[in-house]
Amino acid sequence: MKKLLIANRGEIAVRIIRTARQMGIATVVVVSEPDKDSLAARSADEAVLIGPAPATASYLNHEAVIAAALESGADAVHPGYGFLSENAAFARKVIDAGLSWVGPSPEAIEMMGNKSRAREAARDAGVPVLRGTDGPLREEDDALAIARDIGFPLAVKASAGGGGRGIRFVDTEEELLAAIEMARGEAGSVFGDPTVYMERFVPHARHVEVQVLADGEVFVHLGDRDCSMQRRSQKVIEEAPAPGLPEAVRERIRSSSVELARRCGYRGAGTVEFLYDPAAHEAAFIEMNTRLQVEHPITEAITGVDLVREQLRVAAGEGLSVTQEDITFTGHAIEVRLNAEDPSNNFFPSPGTISALQWPEGKGIRVDTGVDAGSVVAPFYDSMLAKLIVRAESRGEAIASMLAALKQVQIDGIKTTIPLHQALLARPEFAAVEHHSKFIETTPGLLEAL
Amino acid sequence: MSDVISPIPGVFYRCPGPGKDPFVQVGDTVAAGQTVGIVEIMKQFTEVQSDVAGVVASFAVEDAGMVNPGDVIVTITEA
Repeated sequence: MKKLLIANRGEIAVRIIRTARQMGIATVVVVSEPDKDSLAARSADEAVLIGPAPATASYLNHEAVIAAALESGADAVHPGYGFLSENAAFARKVIDAGLSWVGPSPEAIEMMGNKSRAREAARDAGVPVLRGTDGPLREEDDALAIARDIGFPLAVKASAGGGGRGIRFVDTEEELLAAIEMARGEAGSVFGDPTVYMERFVPHARHVEVQVLADGEVFVHLGDRDCSMQRRSQKVIEEAPAPGLPEAVRERIRSSSVELARRCGYRGAGTVEFLYDPAAHEAAFIEMNTRLQVEHPITEAITGVDLVREQLRVAAGEGLSVTQEDITFTGHAIEVRLNAEDPSNNFFPSPGTISALQWPEGKGIRVDTGVDAGSVVAPFYDSMLAKLIVRAESRGEAIASMLAALKQVQIDGIKTTIPLHQALLARPEFAAVEHHSKFIETTPGLLEAL
Repeated sequence: MSDVISPIPGVFYRCPGPGKDPFVQVGDTVAAGQTVGIVEIMKQFTEVQSDVAGVVASFAVEDAGMVNPGDVIVTITEA
């Protein structure tokens, strides 16, 4: 691999460029019209303009991205996260164009993209799954009998859905049949596939996940993360390792995630997501993300392994540089996502020009940013500007260190979610690991005080 | 005539999603409070509604066009 094209923008493009440069690989980043002078464009060796602002005409345009790769002489494509990163058709086109795809096979992406097939694969690999229909709910099935067996409340989910979309919650038997009917209709019109399945619903669940790495021959995990602080199913604060997990649960989700990767002949970085029921001490499979994760830096912070470096090695056919025995865990890491949103106005997006910018510095602090002073935050894309990551000896010290770091951040010209992070990190429920994925929406007074 | 104004910056869409029918067409009758389009800003969608009942006279912004706060999106002939 001599030259890498990055089919993404913002902080993740900058972060991938950093590792590629360390490995002596030249970098090309594709940019849309408003991103021509972005930090990513200025950080890469080359920037190629591929289209206007709307992502469908630029960052999601398969042909434009591949043409940019071929014309710039790149020999590999890294999709980052979001955009085309879990698009099997795009991965296939990259490979057919004679380029290396930094990610798992299109077949693996496709299988994990189908929620009922992914659930079956997980179950077969010994990954704990929620009680539910094994596979899709068929027209001829006795839905009510199956639902009684699963228990209420339950969720009816679109097989082609994911990321919190295409889900209906059912509290009672009376609501069931109408809910299935509506879910099928919605799934058909939104995802083009009316297939749905049913699953137990766990209120007050935490979100935990396992990072895996593989090269098709060696399969390892890099421990777990907790991403339970979420707002509207979007992660807000992440930490590694996941606190307060019984060792047996931790061991089971780690080893079964590796087994799932092994059975798929997985190559590259992947994340197996679980919900964890703290009352029952049970973890259950949600989905597998077949790409680099936003929160990967907290795993890097406690393992010392550069995940992008491993991804690039695997794509270049060099294999992983680590085995399971090499991977050790030191300390505790926390990440917060800094979004251009106004917490005092229901998180309304806050585009604009960043007039002044100051990042914290110090031991154990890492900043992954897509913006610098003078950057224009355009209204077209995701609102995440940057991520702040800290590592310390213990969880308590990491929380204190993050609060101190947040105090040092200065971002003028736009509103950010920093006040939300400060409020959450100071909560006794967070310190005691009593929070869950609906904590932000269900805690009275929390958002009103911002 | 009554103008429907975009309250926010973003991208204006005439349809609720790709491949879907437009919310309204020129010549359609609309009720007060009816949605005539959506404006997307950073993946958040805000519905834009007509304040008055009437008939859609014209669109000032094309589908997927940029809008700024205060821009006219649609003009309604009041009933």
